[in-house]
Amino acid sequence: MVSSIDMDILQYILSNGPLIASRTGEHIAIVAVAVGVAVLTGVPIGIAISQHKRSADAVLYAASMMITVPSIALFGIMIPVLSLIGQGIGYLPAVIAVLLYSQLPIIRNTYSAMSNIDPALREAARGMGLTSLQRLWQVELPIALPVIMAGVRQAMVMNIGVAAIAAYIGAGGLGAFITRGISQTDPRQLVTGALAVSILAVLADFALLGLQRLVTSPGLRQ
Amino acid sequence: MIRLEQVSKTFPSTTVPAVDRVTLEVPEGEICVLLGPSGCGKTTTMKMVNRLIEPSSGEIFINGRSTASYDPVELRRAIGYVIQQIGLFPNKTVEQNICLVPDILGWDAAKSRARAAELLEMAGLEPATFLRRYPKELSGGQQQRVGVLRAIAADPPVLLMDEPFGAIDPINRTSIQDEFLRMQKQIKKTVLFVSHDIDEAVKMADRIAIFREGRLVQYDTPDNILAHPADNFVSDFVGGDRTLKRLQLITVGDAIQPDAPRVRAEDSLERAVQLMEQHGHQSIVMVGPRGRARGYVELAQVRGLKGTVGKNYEALPTTIRPNENLRTAVSTMFRHDMSWLACVDENGVFKGYVTLRSVRSLLAETYRDA
Repeated sequence: MVSSIDMDILQYILSNGPLIASRTGEHIAIVAVAVGVAVLTGVPIGIAISQHKRSADAVLYAASMMITVPSIALFGIMIPVLSLIGQGIGYLPAVIAVLLYSQLPIIRNTYSAMSNIDPALREAARGMGLTSLQRLWQVELPIALPVIMAGVRQAMVMNIGVAAIAAYIGAGGLGAFITRGISQTDPRQLVTGALAVSILAVLADFALLGLQRLVTSPGLRQ
Repeated sequence: MIRLEQVSKTFPSTTVPAVDRVTLEVPEGEICVLLGPSGCGKTTTMKMVNRLIEPSSGEIFINGRSTASYDPVELRRAIGYVIQQIGLFPNKTVEQNICLVPDILGWDAAKSRARAAELLEMAGLEPATFLRRYPKELSGGQQQRVGVLRAIAADPPVLLMDEPFGAIDPINRTSIQDEFLRMQKQIKKTVLFVSHDIDEAVKMADRIAIFREGRLVQYDTPDNILAHPADNFVSDFVGGDRTLKRLQLITVGDAIQPDAPRVRAEDSLERAVQLMEQHGHQSIVMVGPRGRARGYVELAQVRGLKGTVGKNYEALPTTIRPNENLRTAVSTMFRHDMSWLACVDENGVFKGYVTLRSVRSLLAETYRDA
Protein backbone atom coordinates (compact mmCIF):
# COMPACT_ATOMS: atom_id res chain seq x y z
CA MET A 1 0.00 0.00 0.00
CA VAL A 2 1.33 3.41 -0.93
CA SER A 3 0.42 6.32 1.31
CA SER A 4 -0.20 9.78 -0.06
CA ILE A 5 2.98 11.20 1.52
CA ASP A 6 5.08 8.59 -0.35
CA MET A 7 3.37 9.62 -3.56
CA ASP A 8 4.07 13.26 -2.80
CA ILE A 9 7.77 12.58 -2.27
CA LEU A 10 8.02 10.55 -5.46
CA GLN A 11 6.25 13.27 -7.38
CA TYR A 12 8.59 15.91 -5.87
CA ILE A 13 11.64 13.94 -6.90
CA LEU A 14 10.33 13.34 -10.41
CA SER A 15 9.46 16.95 -10.98
CA ASN A 16 12.70 18.36 -9.51
CA GLY A 17 15.27 16.27 -11.42
CA PRO A 18 17.38 19.22 -12.65
CA LEU A 19 17.53 20.78 -9.17
CA ILE A 20 18.55 17.49 -7.57
CA ALA A 21 21.22 17.05 -10.25
CA SER A 22 22.68 20.52 -9.78
CA ARG A 23 22.76 20.21 -5.96
CA THR A 24 24.38 16.76 -6.31
CA GLY A 25 26.97 18.45 -8.49
CA GLU A 26 27.62 21.09 -5.80
CA HIS A 27 27.84 18.38 -3.16
CA ILE A 28 30.37 16.39 -5.15
CA ALA A 29 32.37 19.56 -5.84
CA ILE A 30 32.76 20.17 -2.09
CA VAL A 31 33.62 16.60 -1.08
CA ALA A 32 35.74 15.60 -4.06
CA VAL A 33 37.92 18.71 -3.91
CA ALA A 34 38.28 18.53 -0.12
CA VAL A 35 39.06 14.80 0.01
CA GLY A 36 41.35 15.18 -2.99
CA VAL A 37 43.36 17.87 -1.18
CA ALA A 38 43.20 15.78 2.01
CA VAL A 39 44.89 12.89 0.16
CA LEU A 40 47.63 15.25 -1.00
CA THR A 41 48.25 16.41 2.57
CA GLY A 42 47.29 13.33 4.63
CA VAL A 43 49.32 10.72 2.76
CA PRO A 44 52.63 12.61 3.01
CA ILE A 45 51.91 13.35 6.69
CA GLY A 46 51.15 9.66 7.29
CA ILE A 47 54.38 8.63 5.56
CA ALA A 48 56.39 11.24 7.46
CA ILE A 49 55.11 10.19 10.88
CA SER A 50 55.72 6.51 10.11
CA GLN A 51 59.43 7.44 10.00
CA HIS A 52 59.28 9.33 13.30
CA LYS A 53 57.30 7.31 15.79
CA ARG A 54 57.47 10.00 18.43
CA SER A 55 55.70 12.62 16.32
CA ALA A 56 53.14 10.01 15.23
CA ASP A 57 51.31 10.00 18.55
CA ALA A 58 51.02 13.79 18.63
CA VAL A 59 49.81 14.09 15.04
CA LEU A 60 47.28 11.26 15.35
CA TYR A 61 46.01 12.76 18.62
CA ALA A 62 45.52 16.15 17.01
CA ALA A 63 43.70 14.59 14.04
CA SER A 64 41.43 12.65 16.42
CA MET A 65 40.63 15.83 18.36
CA MET A 66 39.71 17.51 15.09
CA ILE A 67 37.12 14.87 14.33
CA THR A 68 35.43 15.29 17.72
CA VAL A 69 34.58 18.95 17.00
CA PRO A 70 30.93 19.00 15.88
CA SER A 71 30.73 20.14 12.28
CA ILE A 72 28.22 22.85 13.02
CA ALA A 73 30.61 24.32 15.61
CA LEU A 74 33.50 24.13 13.15
CA PHE A 75 31.51 26.10 10.60
CA GLY A 76 30.70 28.64 13.32
CA ILE A 77 34.38 29.06 14.20
CA MET A 78 35.37 29.52 10.59
CA ILE A 79 32.88 32.29 9.86
CA PRO A 80 34.79 35.09 11.69
CA VAL A 81 38.19 33.72 10.63
CA LEU A 82 37.42 33.38 6.94
CA SER A 83 35.44 36.63 6.95
CA LEU A 84 38.83 38.32 7.08
CA ILE A 85 39.29 37.29 3.45
CA GLY A 86 35.63 37.73 2.64
CA GLN A 87 34.88 34.00 2.53
CA GLY A 88 33.08 33.53 5.88
CA ILE A 89 30.29 31.47 4.39
CA GLY A 90 29.79 29.36 1.31
CA TYR A 91 32.05 26.99 -0.59
CA LEU A 92 35.46 27.64 0.99
CA PRO A 93 34.61 26.95 4.66
CA ALA A 94 32.72 23.84 3.57
CA VAL A 95 35.77 22.55 1.73
CA ILE A 96 38.06 23.39 4.64
CA ALA A 97 35.83 21.58 7.14
CA VAL A 98 35.66 18.45 5.00
CA LEU A 99 39.40 18.66 4.45
CA LEU A 100 40.04 18.76 8.21
CA TYR A 101 37.67 15.88 8.95
CA SER A 102 39.26 13.78 6.21
CA GLN A 103 42.72 14.02 7.74
CA LEU A 104 42.25 11.44 10.48
CA PRO A 105 41.17 8.41 8.41
CA ILE A 106 43.72 9.17 5.71
CA ILE A 107 46.67 9.91 8.00
CA ARG A 108 45.84 7.02 10.32
CA ASN A 109 45.48 4.48 7.53
CA THR A 110 48.61 5.69 5.75
CA TYR A 111 50.54 5.55 9.00
CA SER A 112 49.42 2.06 9.93
CA ALA A 113 49.89 0.73 6.39
CA MET A 114 53.43 2.10 6.25
CA SER A 115 54.26 0.86 9.75
CA ASN A 116 52.99 -2.62 8.97
CA ILE A 117 55.16 -3.19 5.92
CA ASP A 118 57.27 -6.28 6.53
CA PRO A 119 60.72 -5.04 7.67
CA ALA A 120 62.25 -7.80 5.52
CA LEU A 121 60.96 -6.02 2.41
CA ARG A 122 62.62 -2.78 3.49
CA GLU A 123 65.82 -4.63 4.27
CA ALA A 124 65.76 -6.40 0.89
CA ALA A 125 65.07 -3.15 -0.93
CA ARG A 126 67.85 -1.35 0.92
CA GLY A 127 70.29 -4.20 0.42
CA MET A 128 69.56 -4.26 -3.31
CA GLY A 129 70.56 -0.62 -3.59
CA LEU A 130 67.22 1.18 -3.89
CA THR A 131 67.30 4.82 -2.79
CA SER A 132 64.72 5.83 -0.18
CA LEU A 133 62.58 7.45 -2.88
CA GLN A 134 62.75 4.30 -5.01
CA ARG A 135 61.81 2.18 -2.01
CA LEU A 136 58.81 4.44 -1.41
CA TRP A 137 57.56 4.41 -5.02
CA GLN A 138 58.45 0.88 -6.02
CA VAL A 139 57.70 -1.01 -2.85
CA GLU A 140 56.22 0.78 0.13
CA LEU A 141 53.45 2.87 -1.45
CA PRO A 142 52.15 0.14 -3.77
CA ILE A 143 51.94 -2.24 -0.81
CA ALA A 144 50.33 0.36 1.46
CA LEU A 145 47.88 1.50 -1.23
CA PRO A 146 44.90 -0.77 -0.42
CA VAL A 147 44.88 0.36 3.22
CA ILE A 148 45.37 4.01 2.27
CA MET A 149 42.48 3.72 -0.17
CA ALA A 150 40.30 2.24 2.57
CA GLY A 151 41.01 5.42 4.58
CA VAL A 152 40.09 7.60 1.62
CA ARG A 153 36.80 5.73 1.21
CA GLN A 154 36.05 6.17 4.88
CA ALA A 155 36.80 9.91 4.63
CA MET A 156 34.67 10.23 1.52
CA VAL A 157 31.60 8.48 2.96
CA MET A 158 31.80 10.28 6.28
CA ASN A 159 32.21 13.67 4.66
CA ILE A 160 29.37 13.29 2.21
CA GLY A 161 27.32 13.45 5.43
CA VAL A 162 29.31 16.36 6.85
CA ALA A 163 28.93 18.32 3.62
CA ALA A 164 25.15 18.10 3.95
CA ILE A 165 25.42 20.28 7.04
CA ALA A 166 27.42 22.86 5.10
CA ALA A 167 24.12 23.97 3.58
CA TYR A 168 23.63 25.95 6.80
CA ILE A 169 26.53 28.20 5.85
CA GLY A 170 25.27 28.61 2.34
CA ALA A 171 27.53 26.12 0.63
CA GLY A 172 24.63 24.57 -1.27
CA GLY A 173 24.68 20.88 -2.06
CA LEU A 174 22.15 18.25 -1.15
CA GLY A 175 22.01 19.57 2.42
CA ALA A 176 19.93 22.45 1.05
CA PHE A 177 16.97 20.07 0.62
CA ILE A 178 17.33 19.04 4.25
CA THR A 179 17.66 22.54 5.74
CA ARG A 180 14.73 23.81 3.71
CA GLY A 181 12.72 20.70 4.52
CA ILE A 182 13.23 21.41 8.19
CA SER A 183 12.56 25.13 8.07
CA GLN A 184 9.51 24.79 5.80
CA THR A 185 8.29 21.61 7.55
CA ASP A 186 8.32 19.98 4.15
CA PRO A 187 8.90 16.21 4.44
CA ARG A 188 9.19 15.94 0.65
CA GLN A 189 12.37 18.02 0.55
CA LEU A 190 13.70 16.52 3.75
CA VAL A 191 13.35 12.94 2.56
CA THR A 192 14.63 13.77 -0.92
CA GLY A 193 17.79 15.32 0.57
CA ALA A 194 18.37 12.45 3.00
CA LEU A 195 17.86 9.81 0.31
CA ALA A 196 20.13 11.60 -2.15
CA VAL A 197 22.93 11.95 0.43
CA SER A 198 22.72 8.26 1.32
CA ILE A 199 22.67 7.11 -2.28
CA LEU A 200 25.58 9.41 -3.13
CA ALA A 201 27.57 7.99 -0.21
CA VAL A 202 26.93 4.41 -1.31
CA LEU A 203 27.78 5.16 -4.93
CA ALA A 204 30.95 7.05 -4.00
CA ASP A 205 32.03 4.13 -1.84
CA PHE A 206 31.49 1.70 -4.71
CA ALA A 207 33.32 3.94 -7.14
CA LEU A 208 36.32 4.24 -4.83
CA LEU A 209 36.26 0.51 -4.15
CA GLY A 210 36.45 -0.01 -7.90
CA LEU A 211 39.36 2.42 -8.10
CA GLN A 212 41.05 0.67 -5.16
CA ARG A 213 40.83 -2.68 -6.97
CA LEU A 214 42.14 -1.10 -10.13
CA VAL A 215 45.26 0.37 -8.52
CA THR A 216 46.04 -2.62 -6.27
CA SER A 217 48.62 -5.01 -7.71
CA PRO A 218 47.11 -8.46 -8.41
CA GLY A 219 49.93 -9.82 -6.26
CA LEU A 220 48.40 -8.13 -3.21
CA ARG A 221 44.81 -9.25 -3.69
CA GLN A 222 43.56 -11.77 -1.21
CA MET B 1 87.47 -11.06 -4.27
CA ILE B 2 86.43 -9.79 -0.87
CA ARG B 3 89.01 -8.68 1.68
CA LEU B 4 88.36 -7.52 5.22
CA GLU B 5 91.22 -5.78 7.01
CA GLN B 6 91.05 -5.36 10.77
CA VAL B 7 87.32 -4.66 10.58
CA SER B 8 85.58 -3.83 13.86
CA LYS B 9 82.11 -2.72 14.80
CA THR B 10 81.04 -1.35 18.13
CA PHE B 11 77.37 -0.39 18.24
CA PRO B 12 76.39 2.88 19.91
CA SER B 13 75.69 2.56 23.66
CA THR B 14 77.72 -0.65 23.95
CA THR B 15 81.33 -1.10 24.91
CA VAL B 16 81.95 -4.66 23.77
CA PRO B 17 82.61 -4.77 20.04
CA ALA B 18 80.11 -6.88 18.04
CA VAL B 19 82.88 -7.55 15.55
CA ASP B 20 86.46 -7.35 16.70
CA ARG B 21 89.38 -6.82 14.30
CA VAL B 22 88.35 -9.37 11.69
CA THR B 23 90.74 -9.96 8.83
CA LEU B 24 89.58 -12.28 6.11
CA GLU B 25 90.08 -12.80 2.40
CA VAL B 26 87.67 -14.66 0.15
CA PRO B 27 89.33 -15.54 -3.15
CA GLU B 28 87.41 -14.86 -6.35
CA GLY B 29 84.74 -17.42 -7.18
CA GLU B 30 84.76 -19.10 -3.77
CA ILE B 31 82.03 -19.54 -1.21
CA CYS B 32 83.00 -18.49 2.30
CA VAL B 33 80.55 -19.53 5.01
CA LEU B 34 80.52 -17.34 8.12
CA LEU B 35 79.60 -19.78 10.86
CA GLY B 36 78.91 -19.43 14.55
CA PRO B 37 76.25 -19.29 17.26
CA SER B 38 73.78 -16.39 17.38
CA GLY B 39 75.33 -13.10 18.43
CA CYS B 40 78.81 -14.10 17.30
CA GLY B 41 79.08 -11.22 14.82
CA LYS B 42 78.75 -13.17 11.59
CA THR B 43 75.72 -11.27 10.28
CA THR B 44 77.16 -7.92 11.35
CA THR B 45 80.34 -8.80 9.49
CA MET B 46 78.36 -9.57 6.34
CA LYS B 47 76.27 -6.42 6.54
CA MET B 48 79.37 -4.29 6.78
CA VAL B 49 80.37 -5.50 3.31
CA ASN B 50 77.41 -3.78 1.63
CA ARG B 51 77.42 -1.06 4.28
CA LEU B 52 73.97 -1.81 5.67
CA ILE B 53 76.10 -1.48 8.79
CA GLU B 54 79.04 0.92 8.68
CA PRO B 55 82.27 -0.44 10.19
CA SER B 56 83.64 1.44 13.20
CA SER B 57 87.17 0.81 12.00
CA GLY B 58 89.07 -1.20 9.45
CA GLU B 59 88.59 -1.45 5.72
CA ILE B 60 86.79 -3.74 3.31
CA PHE B 61 87.87 -4.20 -0.29
CA ILE B 62 85.92 -5.66 -3.18
CA ASN B 63 88.13 -6.59 -6.13
CA GLY B 64 90.77 -4.32 -4.66
CA ARG B 65 88.59 -1.23 -4.28
CA SER B 66 87.69 0.02 -0.82
CA THR B 67 83.95 -0.09 -0.16
CA ALA B 68 84.29 3.27 1.63
CA SER B 69 85.07 4.88 -1.73
CA TYR B 70 81.63 3.95 -3.13
CA ASP B 71 78.33 5.69 -2.64
CA PRO B 72 76.48 3.11 -0.46
CA VAL B 73 73.57 2.80 -2.90
CA GLU B 74 75.92 2.28 -5.82
CA LEU B 75 77.90 -0.26 -3.81
CA ARG B 76 74.80 -2.29 -2.98
CA ARG B 77 73.76 -2.42 -6.61
CA ALA B 78 77.08 -4.08 -7.35
CA ILE B 79 76.53 -6.72 -4.65
CA GLY B 80 73.83 -9.38 -4.72
CA TYR B 81 71.90 -9.73 -1.48
CA VAL B 82 69.79 -12.69 -0.35
CA ILE B 83 68.06 -12.75 3.05
CA GLN B 84 66.45 -15.52 5.06
CA GLN B 85 63.00 -13.90 4.91
CA ILE B 86 63.39 -13.83 1.11
CA GLY B 87 61.81 -10.36 0.79
CA LEU B 88 60.33 -10.71 -2.69
CA PHE B 89 58.15 -7.67 -3.39
CA PRO B 90 54.56 -8.94 -3.30
CA ASN B 91 53.30 -6.17 -5.59
CA LYS B 92 55.66 -7.19 -8.38
CA THR B 93 55.69 -10.24 -10.63
CA VAL B 94 58.61 -12.65 -10.61
CA GLU B 95 59.89 -10.93 -13.73
CA GLN B 96 59.62 -7.45 -12.20
CA ASN B 97 61.35 -8.65 -9.03
CA ILE B 98 64.24 -10.12 -11.00
CA CYS B 99 64.52 -7.11 -13.32
CA LEU B 100 64.42 -4.50 -10.57
CA VAL B 101 68.16 -3.88 -10.20
CA PRO B 102 68.91 -4.20 -13.94
CA ASP B 103 66.11 -1.67 -14.57
CA ILE B 104 67.53 0.72 -11.98
CA LEU B 105 70.95 0.33 -13.53
CA GLY B 106 69.39 1.42 -16.81
CA TRP B 107 69.62 -1.84 -18.71
CA ASP B 108 67.70 -2.05 -21.93
CA ALA B 109 64.25 -3.50 -21.07
CA ALA B 110 64.52 -6.27 -23.66
CA LYS B 111 67.91 -7.30 -22.29
CA SER B 112 66.78 -7.47 -18.67
CA ARG B 113 63.60 -9.38 -19.62
CA ALA B 114 65.67 -11.90 -21.55
CA ARG B 115 67.99 -12.17 -18.58
CA ALA B 116 65.06 -12.95 -16.24
CA ALA B 117 63.89 -15.76 -18.51
CA GLU B 118 67.42 -17.14 -18.81
CA LEU B 119 67.86 -17.13 -15.02
CA LEU B 120 64.55 -18.89 -14.38
CA GLU B 121 65.55 -21.50 -16.91
CA MET B 122 68.85 -21.98 -15.08
CA ALA B 123 67.00 -22.54 -11.77
CA GLY B 124 64.67 -25.06 -13.37
CA LEU B 125 61.61 -22.80 -13.25
CA GLU B 126 59.75 -22.74 -16.56
CA PRO B 127 59.86 -19.05 -17.66
CA ALA B 128 56.54 -19.20 -19.53
CA THR B 129 54.83 -20.27 -16.30
CA PHE B 130 56.72 -18.26 -13.71
CA LEU B 131 57.60 -14.87 -15.24
CA ARG B 132 54.08 -13.48 -14.77
CA ARG B 133 53.39 -15.04 -11.39
CA TYR B 134 53.30 -13.09 -8.16
CA PRO B 135 55.31 -14.20 -5.11
CA LYS B 136 52.19 -15.37 -3.26
CA GLU B 137 51.61 -17.88 -6.06
CA LEU B 138 54.95 -19.60 -5.40
CA SER B 139 55.95 -22.15 -2.76
CA GLY B 140 58.56 -21.14 -0.17
CA GLY B 141 61.29 -23.02 -2.03
CA GLN B 142 60.36 -21.42 -5.34
CA GLN B 143 60.29 -17.99 -3.71
CA GLN B 144 63.82 -18.34 -2.43
CA ARG B 145 65.00 -19.64 -5.82
CA VAL B 146 63.63 -16.40 -7.28
CA GLY B 147 65.22 -14.49 -4.37
CA VAL B 148 68.62 -15.87 -5.40
CA LEU B 149 67.98 -15.11 -9.08
CA ARG B 150 66.99 -11.54 -8.22
CA ALA B 151 70.29 -11.13 -6.37
CA ILE B 152 72.37 -12.25 -9.34
CA ALA B 153 70.23 -10.60 -12.03
CA ALA B 154 72.57 -7.69 -12.67
CA ASP B 155 75.53 -10.10 -12.60
CA PRO B 156 77.27 -8.65 -9.54
CA PRO B 157 80.71 -10.14 -8.85
CA VAL B 158 79.91 -10.55 -5.16
CA LEU B 159 76.95 -12.18 -3.44
CA LEU B 160 75.95 -11.88 0.22
CA MET B 161 73.61 -14.56 1.54
CA ASP B 162 72.21 -14.19 5.05
CA GLU B 163 71.01 -17.66 6.14
CA PRO B 164 69.33 -17.89 2.76
CA PHE B 165 67.93 -21.39 3.14
CA GLY B 166 67.23 -21.27 6.87
CA ALA B 167 63.46 -20.88 6.58
CA ILE B 168 62.98 -23.61 4.00
CA ASP B 169 61.84 -27.12 4.94
CA PRO B 170 64.64 -29.70 5.10
CA ILE B 171 63.76 -31.56 1.90
CA ASN B 172 63.52 -28.42 -0.20
CA ARG B 173 66.60 -27.02 1.52
CA THR B 174 68.74 -29.89 0.31
CA SER B 175 67.61 -29.49 -3.28
CA ILE B 176 67.96 -25.71 -3.30
CA GLN B 177 71.48 -26.06 -1.84
CA ASP B 178 72.35 -28.55 -4.56
CA GLU B 179 70.92 -26.25 -7.22
CA PHE B 180 72.83 -23.29 -5.90
CA LEU B 181 76.09 -25.25 -5.95
CA ARG B 182 75.34 -26.35 -9.51
CA MET B 183 74.60 -22.74 -10.49
CA GLN B 184 77.73 -21.50 -8.72
CA LYS B 185 79.82 -23.71 -11.03
CA GLN B 186 78.55 -21.56 -13.92
CA ILE B 187 78.30 -18.12 -12.35
CA LYS B 188 81.41 -18.31 -10.13
CA LYS B 189 80.43 -15.52 -7.74
CA THR B 190 82.50 -14.62 -4.72
CA VAL B 191 80.04 -15.48 -1.96
CA LEU B 192 79.79 -14.61 1.72
CA PHE B 193 77.23 -16.97 3.19
CA VAL B 194 76.03 -16.69 6.80
CA SER B 195 74.90 -19.90 8.48
CA HIS B 196 74.61 -21.38 11.93
CA ASP B 197 74.35 -24.91 10.60
CA ILE B 198 77.64 -26.79 10.46
CA ASP B 199 76.23 -29.36 8.00
CA GLU B 200 75.16 -26.62 5.61
CA ALA B 201 78.56 -24.95 6.00
CA VAL B 202 80.43 -28.16 5.25
CA LYS B 203 78.28 -28.71 2.20
CA MET B 204 78.36 -25.20 0.74
CA ALA B 205 81.74 -23.80 1.71
CA ASP B 206 85.06 -23.64 -0.03
CA ARG B 207 86.19 -22.04 3.22
CA ILE B 208 84.55 -21.71 6.60
CA ALA B 209 85.10 -18.75 8.92
CA ILE B 210 84.14 -19.61 12.49
CA PHE B 211 83.15 -16.69 14.70
CA ARG B 212 82.91 -16.43 18.42
CA GLU B 213 82.02 -13.29 20.35
CA GLY B 214 82.95 -11.05 17.45
CA ARG B 215 86.29 -12.69 16.76
CA LEU B 216 87.28 -14.86 13.85
CA VAL B 217 88.60 -17.99 15.57
CA GLN B 218 89.34 -20.19 12.59
CA TYR B 219 89.34 -19.72 8.84
CA ASP B 220 90.08 -22.77 6.77
CA THR B 221 88.71 -25.34 4.35
CA PRO B 222 85.84 -27.45 5.69
CA ASP B 223 88.03 -30.55 5.77
CA ASN B 224 90.75 -28.85 7.78
CA ILE B 225 88.24 -27.36 10.20
CA LEU B 226 86.71 -30.77 10.80
CA ALA B 227 90.03 -32.57 10.96
CA HIS B 228 91.94 -29.95 12.94
CA PRO B 229 89.65 -27.67 14.95
CA ALA B 230 91.69 -24.73 16.28
CA ASP B 231 90.39 -24.97 19.84
CA ASN B 232 87.76 -26.54 22.07
CA PHE B 233 85.14 -24.01 21.03
CA VAL B 234 85.50 -24.96 17.38
CA SER B 235 85.56 -28.68 18.05
CA ASP B 236 82.46 -28.39 20.25
CA PHE B 237 80.74 -26.26 17.67
CA VAL B 238 81.45 -28.56 14.75
CA GLY B 239 80.22 -31.47 16.86
CA GLY B 240 81.41 -34.79 18.23
CA ASP B 241 80.62 -36.40 14.89
CA ARG B 242 82.94 -34.06 13.03
CA THR B 243 84.88 -36.97 11.57
CA LEU B 244 81.71 -38.39 10.09
CA LYS B 245 80.92 -34.95 8.68
CA ARG B 246 84.19 -35.01 6.79
CA LEU B 247 82.77 -37.94 4.87
CA GLN B 248 80.32 -35.54 3.26
CA LEU B 249 83.18 -33.72 1.64
CA ILE B 250 84.36 -36.70 -0.39
CA THR B 251 82.34 -38.20 -3.22
CA VAL B 252 82.28 -41.91 -3.92
CA GLY B 253 83.72 -41.14 -7.34
CA ASP B 254 86.80 -39.59 -5.70
CA ALA B 255 87.22 -42.45 -3.26
CA ILE B 256 87.14 -45.40 -5.66
CA GLN B 257 90.31 -46.85 -7.12
CA PRO B 258 90.59 -46.92 -10.90
CA ASP B 259 90.81 -50.27 -12.71
CA ALA B 260 88.90 -52.17 -10.07
CA PRO B 261 89.08 -55.96 -10.50
CA ARG B 262 85.95 -57.60 -11.93
CA VAL B 263 84.87 -60.91 -13.40
CA ARG B 264 82.47 -61.99 -16.13
CA ALA B 265 79.83 -64.70 -16.02
CA GLU B 266 81.94 -67.07 -18.14
CA ASP B 267 85.02 -66.72 -15.90
CA SER B 268 85.85 -69.68 -13.66
CA LEU B 269 85.59 -69.47 -9.89
CA GLU B 270 89.32 -70.18 -9.66
CA ARG B 271 89.96 -67.02 -11.68
CA ALA B 272 87.66 -65.04 -9.33
CA VAL B 273 89.43 -66.38 -6.23
CA GLN B 274 92.80 -65.59 -7.77
CA LEU B 275 91.76 -62.00 -8.53
CA MET B 276 90.35 -61.48 -5.04
CA GLU B 277 93.48 -62.80 -3.36
CA GLN B 278 95.68 -60.74 -5.63
CA HIS B 279 93.81 -57.52 -4.67
CA GLY B 280 93.13 -58.47 -1.07
CA HIS B 281 89.34 -58.38 -1.64
CA GLN B 282 86.70 -60.43 0.16
CA SER B 283 84.25 -60.10 -2.75
CA ILE B 284 84.33 -59.36 -6.46
CA VAL B 285 81.73 -57.90 -8.79
CA MET B 286 80.54 -59.73 -11.86
CA VAL B 287 79.86 -57.53 -14.88
CA GLY B 288 77.81 -58.14 -18.01
CA PRO B 289 78.99 -57.72 -21.62
CA ARG B 290 78.57 -53.92 -21.51
CA GLY B 291 80.26 -53.55 -18.15
CA ARG B 292 77.07 -53.39 -16.09
CA ALA B 293 77.29 -54.73 -12.54
CA ARG B 294 75.25 -57.96 -12.43
CA GLY B 295 76.15 -59.50 -9.09
CA TYR B 296 79.06 -60.62 -6.98
CA VAL B 297 80.79 -63.65 -5.52
CA GLU B 298 82.31 -63.84 -2.05
CA LEU B 299 85.73 -65.29 -1.39
CA ALA B 300 84.64 -67.31 1.65
CA GLN B 301 81.76 -68.87 -0.32
CA VAL B 302 83.56 -69.88 -3.50
CA ARG B 303 87.06 -70.77 -2.39
CA GLY B 304 87.84 -74.29 -3.55
CA LEU B 305 84.64 -74.63 -5.58
CA LYS B 306 84.61 -75.40 -9.29
CA GLY B 307 82.40 -73.95 -12.00
CA THR B 308 81.75 -70.55 -13.53
CA VAL B 309 80.98 -67.27 -11.83
CA GLY B 310 77.73 -67.12 -13.82
CA LYS B 311 76.41 -70.22 -12.04
CA ASN B 312 77.38 -69.10 -8.53
CA TYR B 313 76.91 -65.34 -8.26
CA GLU B 314 74.57 -63.54 -5.92
CA ALA B 315 72.61 -60.39 -6.67
CA LEU B 316 73.98 -57.11 -5.36
CA PRO B 317 71.79 -55.98 -2.46
CA THR B 318 72.48 -52.35 -3.34
CA THR B 319 74.81 -50.09 -5.32
CA ILE B 320 75.90 -46.47 -5.07
CA ARG B 321 76.39 -43.67 -7.60
CA PRO B 322 79.73 -41.88 -8.00
CA ASN B 323 78.20 -38.47 -7.16
CA GLU B 324 76.99 -39.57 -3.72
CA ASN B 325 79.18 -38.67 -0.77
CA LEU B 326 80.98 -41.07 1.51
CA ARG B 327 78.65 -40.36 4.41
CA THR B 328 75.79 -41.76 2.36
CA ALA B 329 78.01 -44.64 1.29
CA VAL B 330 78.94 -45.59 4.84
CA SER B 331 75.36 -45.26 5.98
CA THR B 332 74.25 -47.55 3.11
CA MET B 333 76.89 -50.10 4.08
CA PHE B 334 75.64 -50.18 7.66
CA ARG B 335 72.06 -50.44 6.53
CA HIS B 336 72.80 -53.50 4.41
CA ASP B 337 75.39 -54.92 6.80
CA MET B 338 78.11 -54.82 4.16
CA SER B 339 81.71 -53.75 4.32
CA TRP B 340 81.80 -52.58 0.72
CA LEU B 341 79.60 -51.21 -2.05
CA ALA B 342 79.74 -51.45 -5.82
CA CYS B 343 79.73 -48.03 -7.41
CA VAL B 344 77.78 -47.84 -10.68
CA ASP B 345 76.96 -44.91 -12.93
CA GLU B 346 73.48 -43.92 -14.09
CA ASN B 347 73.59 -46.63 -16.78
CA GLY B 348 74.47 -49.31 -14.27
CA VAL B 349 78.06 -49.58 -15.51
CA PHE B 350 80.40 -50.77 -12.77
CA LYS B 351 82.92 -48.10 -11.72
CA GLY B 352 84.68 -49.53 -8.69
CA TYR B 353 84.49 -50.38 -5.04
CA VAL B 354 84.14 -48.24 -1.98
CA THR B 355 85.04 -50.14 1.17
CA LEU B 356 84.98 -49.36 4.87
CA ARG B 357 88.71 -49.92 4.92
CA SER B 358 89.34 -47.37 2.13
CA VAL B 359 87.09 -44.84 3.90
CA ARG B 360 89.02 -45.30 7.12
CA SER B 361 92.36 -44.75 5.46
CA LEU B 362 91.04 -41.64 3.66
CA LEU B 363 89.95 -40.12 6.95
CA ALA B 364 93.26 -40.98 8.52
CA GLU B 365 95.23 -39.21 5.80
CA THR B 366 95.00 -35.66 7.06
CA TYR B 367 95.64 -36.77 10.62
CA ARG B 368 98.87 -38.28 9.40
CA ASP B 369 99.70 -35.06 7.57
CA ALA B 370 99.33 -33.07 10.76
